[in-house]
Amino acid sequence: MTSFTVEEIWRALEEVKDPEIPVVSLVEMGIVRNVEVSGGKVVVSMAPTFAGCPALHVMKAEVEQRIRELGAESVDVKWVYAPPWTSDWIADEARVKLKAFGLAPPVKHGGDVDLILLEEAACPYCGSRNTTIKNTFGPTLCRAIYYCDDCRQPFEQFKPL
Amino acid sequence: MRPDVERAVAAQLLAMADDELILGHRDSEWTGHAPILEEDIALSNIAQDELGHAILWHNLRKEVTGDEPDVVVFWRDAQAYRSVQLVELPKGDYAFTIVRQYLFDAAEMARLTRLAGSGYRPIAEAAAKIRTEEIYHVRHTSAWMKRLGLGTEESHRRTQTALDELWTFALQLFVPLPDETLLVAAGVVPNADEVQAAWEETVAPFLRHAGLIVPRTRPPIALSREQHTQHLAALLAEMQEVARLEGPEVKW
Repeated sequence: MTSFTVEEIWRALEEVKDPEIPVVSLVEMGIVRNVEVSGGKVVVSMAPTFAGCPALHVMKAEVEQRIRELGAESVDVKWVYAPPWTSDWIADEARVKLKAFGLAPPVKHGGDVDLILLEEAACPYCGSRNTTIKNTFGPTLCRAIYYCDDCRQPFEQFKPL
Repeated sequence: MRPDVERAVAAQLLAMADDELILGHRDSEWTGHAPILEEDIALSNIAQDELGHAILWHNLRKEVTGDEPDVVVFWRDAQAYRSVQLVELPKGDYAFTIVRQYLFDAAEMARLTRLAGSGYRPIAEAAAKIRTEEIYHVRHTSAWMKRLGLGTEESHRRTQTALDELWTFALQLFVPLPDETLLVAAGVVPNADEVQAAWEETVAPFLRHAGLIVPRTRPPIALSREQHTQHLAALLAEMQEVARLEGPEVKW
């Protein structure tokens, strides 16, 4: 029976990418919250981003598959809701990758709701803050739509939550 | 948990899940038909969020009753649904949809804020999670209430008409379920009168601020969630049609 260290599991999960934003991993998006290992049995706790996100099933399946590939005897993925997932948990390296992907990263809000709703995003293409929010809703639950008044391109922002 | 408390918790979760599911379905009816593209996107997102919230409540209920959410949603007839009549009403014009959503969103904020302190941990955690998403809904519908209420003569008239019709339906959101006193005593859910008072304290001044007249006090449209209009059966016939082509055991 293969047994693992918690660190080995975390490292393996760093390779599991967000299905809709494949440049970032579930770990650096702050979705993986806890890993427990008991011999060959692995338990992973994950915080869902948005309750209605259709990619949640895919994330769970990919995490299960990755850990089974390592040779785990059993893997159990649990969704945990407390504390609720917040975009503040997105790692700094992931914010850089989001921007390179063309998605403006969310503001770090520390729980300030007004900041969540009113903060302007910087254009991921030209860096300008001369931007206008067009819609707090976008093509997926996690995205808002902006327009850059300097380089005159629309762009999406990962919504602060 | 005592069996009677457990039954009451299951009933509460079903009511909340049914409200979200049916409202989400009505919101989704605007996809491809909204007056402007940005609202098509917004209502579709709100619909999807509501479905996510329904799933959350159904998953909690499954831990209590063992019932599979798909079976509960697709193989239950209208008379077994426990949603309020507010959410089953057809979408109407855009003012009607916005007023209905705003009144519901404001009630959610009042309820979820208190449910986040529930003595039953799964409900407290789910409520806190849902509330982070509801904030976007209530901000969106609040902004539209102002645009419509303070907009043109037509937008104001349609919004006031919708508000006058929907007020009695909204009040049903605060009618306690049959065993709710058990849950209030156990600290699982807040007192419905308290939630209603908080809702009115927010909504009344806001409506006035949006140039609208707050409807006079009146009884809620129904005192039981077992009563539905003819609209619910028609909605479910459409929503459940594909699933019911197969049996409940089919894998999707």
